Amino acid sequence: MGTIEDLAEDMDVTAPTGYFASVDEVADRLAEAGYLASPAVATTVFLADRLGKPLLVEGPAGVGKTELAKAVAEVAGARLVRLQCYEGVDEARALYEWNHAKQLLRITAGREESWDETRTDIFSEEFLLPRPLLTAIRGADPKVLLIDETDKADVEVEGLLLEVLSDFQVTVPELGTVKASRRPFVVLTSNAARELSEALRRRCLFLHIGFPDAELEQRIVRLKVPGLDATLAASVVRVVGALRAMDLRKVPSVAETVDWARTLLALGADTLDETVVRQSLGVVLKHQEDVLKATAQLDLDAV
Amino acid sequence: MSPAASENSASGSGLAERLTGFVRALRAQGVRVGTGESVDAGLAVEVLGLADRERLRAGLAATLLHQEGQRAVFDQVFDLYFPRTVGAPDSVTEGQVSPGREELRDRLAAALAAGDGAGLEQIAAEAVDALGGYGSASGSDGWSAYQTLDRLRPQTLLARVLAALRAEAGETGSEAFTDRLTADEIRRRIERFRGLVATEARRRVAERRGTDEIARRAVLPSADRVDFLVAHSSRLAELHRTVGPLARKLATRLAARRRRAARGSIDLRRTVRRSLSTGGVPMRPVLRRRRPVRPELVLLCDVSGSVAGFAQFTMLLIQALHDQFSKVRVFAFVNCVDEVTDLLSRGRADPAGLGGRILTEATVTRWHDSSDYGTALGEFADRYAHTFTPRTCVFVLGDARTNRTPPGAAALRTVRDRARRVYWLNPERRALWDTGDSAASVYADVVDMYECRTVRQLGAIVGRLLPV
Ligand SMILES: Nc1ncnc2c1ncn2[C@@H]1O[C@H](COP(=O)(O)OP(=O)(O)OP(=O)(O)O)[C@@H](O)[C@H]1O
Ligand SMILES: [Mg+2]
Repeated sequence: MGTIEDLAEDMDVTAPTGYFASVDEVADRLAEAGYLASPAVATTVFLADRLGKPLLVEGPAGVGKTELAKAVAEVAGARLVRLQCYEGVDEARALYEWNHAKQLLRITAGREESWDETRTDIFSEEFLLPRPLLTAIRGADPKVLLIDETDKADVEVEGLLLEVLSDFQVTVPELGTVKASRRPFVVLTSNAARELSEALRRRCLFLHIGFPDAELEQRIVRLKVPGLDATLAASVVRVVGALRAMDLRKVPSVAETVDWARTLLALGADTLDETVVRQSLGVVLKHQEDVLKATAQLDLDAV
Repeated sequence: MSPAASENSASGSGLAERLTGFVRALRAQGVRVGTGESVDAGLAVEVLGLADRERLRAGLAATLLHQEGQRAVFDQVFDLYFPRTVGAPDSVTEGQVSPGREELRDRLAAALAAGDGAGLEQIAAEAVDALGGYGSASGSDGWSAYQTLDRLRPQTLLARVLAALRAEAGETGSEAFTDRLTADEIRRRIERFRGLVATEARRRVAERRGTDEIARRAVLPSADRVDFLVAHSSRLAELHRTVGPLARKLATRLAARRRRAARGSIDLRRTVRRSLSTGGVPMRPVLRRRRPVRPELVLLCDVSGSVAGFAQFTMLLIQALHDQFSKVRVFAFVNCVDEVTDLLSRGRADPAGLGGRILTEATVTRWHDSSDYGTALGEFADRYAHTFTPRTCVFVLGDARTNRTPPGAAALRTVRDRARRVYWLNPERRALWDTGDSAASVYADVVDMYECRTVRQLGAIVGRLLPV
C-alpha cells in the first residue's frame, strides 16, 4: 500500500509549534495584527504554542474567538485552514472525499485497461478532494487549523476530531496513512450551544473569553474606530457595560460596541446624550423587547 | 515576585507539593482533574514561571479547567495555594500604626470613586488586619470577613462617593448622560471590594489553620454543588443561571441515548430492496428504525416551604427540555393538587418569580398551609392517572415529609400501575429519610426513590432516568 506523502518518521504529536518566544511577544505581535489580547488570552495562546495542544476557546458571540485564530495565523505567517462546523457536517466535508465525477470519467475513458489498473489509478491522489482536516496535516508549511463553532456539529463529528487531534494522522483506506510532518496550531471555538464531550475537552487547553474589562474594551474600540474621541469611546463602553448588567435576551458584545462607535462617528456625535442614545440603540440591541427594557432602565423616555 | 512564590522557586519540591495540594483541593471541590491535566499544569508552571501571578492563574486554569462554571471555585482555591503575599500587609509589618476605621473608610471612598483596583485590594488587606481579627489578641483565633465588613460598612459609602463625584464634575461644569450609570457602577465596585475582603480573610485564616483545611471548609462551592435545601436566596439566582447550560448538556445526552436505542436490528426486507441497486449484493444493511414517538413526562412537585427551591429548579429544567418530549405536564401541591404547566411555560422570562406565581395563581393549599402528601396523591391519582398513556413517565418531587398525615401509599400504587415508569426524587440527605415525619421508605417500597440534593446530582440522575 502506497502513501501519499513521505511519512514523517516520529513526529512528536505534542511538539511545540514554536511561533512565540514569550507571553509578551504574543501580546505585542497580536496587537500589531489588530488583536488586543487580555493577559489571560496571551498567556493561554503562548501555552498552546509551547505545549503543542489544541486550544478550545469558549465564550459568548462576538468576543473575538474567530478573530483570535485569524490573528495567530497572520502573525505566525501560517496558512489559515478553516473548518466551519454546522449541523450535518460530515467526514466528507471535514476530512476528504473522492471525486466521483472525475473517477467516472476516467473509468469510461480507459475502457481497454484492466479493472485492476483502472482501480489503482482512480484511487490515487489525483482523484482525492482533501477537506480542511486533511489539508491541515499535509505538507510542511506552517498552518493554523481553525475548527469554528464546533458546538454546531453533531456529536459524531467529535469522534473524528478526537482521532485527528490525537495523533495528527489520517488513514485513507485506499491510499494509506497521512501523518503530519508539522503539527498545525489548532483552535476550536464554541458558543456552548451544545456541551462538547469530556474527551474532546480533555484533549485541549481551555480558554474562556468573556467580555473585556472597560480599559481593554476602550482600547479595542479606539483601534477599530480610529478618529473616535477618547471621551466618547469611554462613554460608549460605560453604557454597554450598563446594558450587559441588565437582564436582556441578548446582551451586546464587543462586535456591537465597535458597530455602535462606528455609527456614532458617522452621525458626527461628539458626546452621548439622550437623543443620540435613543436613536442609535438599535445598533447595540437586536431585539425590540431589549430596546424597550433598556429604554426604560436608562430613563430614555423622559423627554 | 510575591514572597510565597520566591520561597517556592527556591525549592522545586516545595512547588511540586504545592501544586499537588492545589490539585487535590480542586478535586475535593468537584473539579475533575486527570493525571494528564496535572502533568500539563506542571509544564505550564515550568513554561510560565512564578513571577507573574495572573499569568500563572491563567495557565493553571487553561490546563486544569474544562468549563467556565467552575471558575469561581478555581479562583478561590488558587488564591489560597498561590497567595498574593504572606503575613500581614506590608504597611503593617513596616511598623506603621495600623489605620483606624475612619481612615480606612476615607481611603475606600476615594478608591471606589476612582475605580482603583489595586487600591481596593490594598485597603481590603489592611481592613482585615485592622478590623477582622478575633480572639484574645487580634487574630489569635482567626480572621473574619463578616466582622470586617460589619465594622467597615462599605455599602454606606455610596452616597458619599456619588456626592464627591458630583462635586468634581460640577467644577468642570458639565452634566453628562453617563452620570446616571455611576450609582450602579459604584455598587458593583463595592461588591468587588466585599469579594476582596473575603479572599483576604481566607488567606489569613489559612496561614493559621493550614491551607488544606481552609480549602476544604471555607471555599464557596460551585452552584451545582450547593444543597437545594440550604441554598441561600442569594444563590438561587445563580442556580437558575445554570438551568440553560445543564439543559443543553442533558439534551446532548438524551440525543446520544436515543441514537443508541435506535441503533436496532437489521431490517432484512429493506436491505434486500436497497441491494437491487447494487445488483443484488447487499452492500449497505438497513437498520430497523424505532418509532420516532417521543415519551410524555409528568412532574408532580411538592412546592411547600423548604423544598420549593428544589421543585422550582427541576420544573425550570424540564421546561427547558420540553422539546425533547411529546408532552410535558407539571402539577404542584402542598395539600391539594393543581396543574401549573401553563404558568411554567408563560413565565419563562421571569424564573425567579415562578414560586410566587404558583402560590398565588394555582390552588395548592386548602384549609391550611402544611404539606399533606396523602391527600395530594389521592387527588392526583383520582383526577389525572386515567390520562396517562403507555408512554407516560412520572417524576414525583418532594421530601416525603407528611406532617404525620396518612401517606397514601395506595394512591401512589395506582399512579405507578397506570404509568410506564414512576420515579421519586428526594432532595433530602439519605441519612435523614424516615426520621421524624418522613415517610420516605413507605414510598420507596412502591417506586424507586433517589437522593437529589444538588444540581450536580439532579443532572446525573435525570440524565440517566429521563425516558428517550
Ligand atoms: N480583543 C480584540 N481585539 C480586536 N478586535 C476584537 C477583539 N475582540 C473582539 N474584536 C472584534 O469583534 C468582532 C467579532 O469577533 P469574532 O467574529 O471573532 O467573534 P466570535 O467570538 O468569533 O463570535 P461568534 O461566536 O459569533 O463567532 C471582530 O470583528 C473584532 O473586530
Ligand atoms: Mg466566530
